[in-house]
Amino acid sequence: MYEFDYHTPQTIDDARALLSGRDDPKLLAGGQTLLPTMKQRLAAPSDLIDLRKVTGLDGITGAGDTLRIGAMVRHAAVAASDEVRQAIPALAALAGGIGDPLVRHRGTLGGSIANNDPSADYPAGCLALAATISTDRREIGADEFFLGMFETALEEDEIITGVAFPVPRKAGYAKFPNPASRYAMVGVFVAQTGNAVRVAVTGAGPGVFRVPAMETALASDFSAQAIADISVPSDGLLEDLHGSAEYRANLVTVMAKRAVQSAL
Amino acid sequence: MPTVTMTVNGKQRSAEAETRTLLVSFLREQLGLTGTHVGCDTSQCGACVVHVDGVAVKSCTLLAVQADGAEVTTIEGLAKGRELHPIQAAFKEHHGLQCGFCTPGMIMTAVDMLRRIPEPDEPTIRAELEGNFCRCTGYHNIVKAIKAASEAM
Ligand SMILES: Cc1cc2nc3c(=O)[nH]c(=O)nc-3n(C[C@H](O)[C@H](O)[C@H](O)COP(=O)(O)OP(=O)(O)OC[C@H]3O[C@@H](n4cnc5c(N)ncnc54)[C@H](O)[C@@H]3O)c2cc1C
Ligand code: FES
Ligand code: FES
Repeated sequence: MYEFDYHTPQTIDDARALLSGRDDPKLLAGGQTLLPTMKQRLAAPSDLIDLRKVTGLDGITGAGDTLRIGAMVRHAAVAASDEVRQAIPALAALAGGIGDPLVRHRGTLGGSIANNDPSADYPAGCLALAATISTDRREIGADEFFLGMFETALEEDEIITGVAFPVPRKAGYAKFPNPASRYAMVGVFVAQTGNAVRVAVTGAGPGVFRVPAMETALASDFSAQAIADISVPSDGLLEDLHGSAEYRANLVTVMAKRAVQSAL
Repeated sequence: MPTVTMTVNGKQRSAEAETRTLLVSFLREQLGLTGTHVGCDTSQCGACVVHVDGVAVKSCTLLAVQADGAEVTTIEGLAKGRELHPIQAAFKEHHGLQCGFCTPGMIMTAVDMLRRIPEPDEPTIRAELEGNFCRCTGYHNIVKAIKAASEAM
């Protein structure tokens, strides 16, 4: 790892000032993606701006039909939260299935969605639940937020403060984890909110995406049977030593059915 | 160079460290606590697990400066004098180690596991060990040792 300057601002304003005043600064949240990347010298920021002391990024609050989770809330805290388990059990289950307990003790919601790894779990939850991402300057709908592989709508110096999840009637998440990394080979999050259904897929493509054909079928019949014959084309899906594009396309249907079956 | 101060195994310790110093290097090289091991470069093996402010984390994926002001417990902090921690005793009793390289991390993860889940069943123990690798593949006895410790504690 290359040397850098380390900062622990106490407010969003101070963090933003550091972000705009330095050469090549990076925010540090749980460090579970950024530090391994820096250890391999794939990233060499001039400054790390640790968010751990910044106020206002913590906490889980439920207000009626919305659940708000702060950017710095750790995966383990989401998994164990009574509020999340009651309002959106599928989201608690998603958080509890990220990596391993040690990663979950450090990794954060904000870090995960800012990074937007094509195999990460949270992007699927945010997109299917039609979450709204709050930053230091605006609110961004999940449909506009996730752009492609490791790409988001965030500006260089923009700080995620939290995510608001509309509480669905029913939601389920099913992931086929890569046996080595635990990231999703394919993960499908299904959410029924009001009369609409949204289906979001991670791990299969270069970024998280929705499956409109499944959404329509599930809106009229919320059952695994209703989507058993719907598959996504394998064109453009990820292909690597863990699985071919065709294999991943097949897994999308399998995981979507499991997600519907698990929906509570 | 910043001075990093933390409470390690109940004692306040201070040392200078570069910002890029990982917690595991700080513990091993600056403080001489070599019980915590490094088994990989990719944050996957769990040989380096310690507790920071009461929860188990990979000390190779945390900067020493991030733990400034924290309470840290390492494998050296578990035994009371000559009396082993019940999980250490169970690993000994049930042959939960072969070469011993993964053992400090396994035990620190197990202590954290039993704090959260006092009576885990076998599938739970295996799932909770997802972040700890044993190159000697001694998982069977590791699981047995943790189960026995949970019953003894
Ligand atoms: C062994 C291992 C297994 C894993 N398995 C999984 C898995 O199964 N599924 C999964 O989804 N993930 C997995 N992860 C990744 C993990 O979830 C990370 O915690 C997460 O991707 C990044 O969150 P972080 O808080 O650690 O962010 P960091 O590593 O600190 O930061 C990541 C990026 O986000 C930026 N950032 C952080 N916070 C903010 C913010 N508030 N606003 C704007 N930008 C910000 C940083 O600048 C950086 O570019 C795994 C990681 C490891 C090491
Ligand atoms: S040394 Fe392998 S996870 Fe820390
Ligand atoms: S006992 Fe040798 S690595 Fe586990």
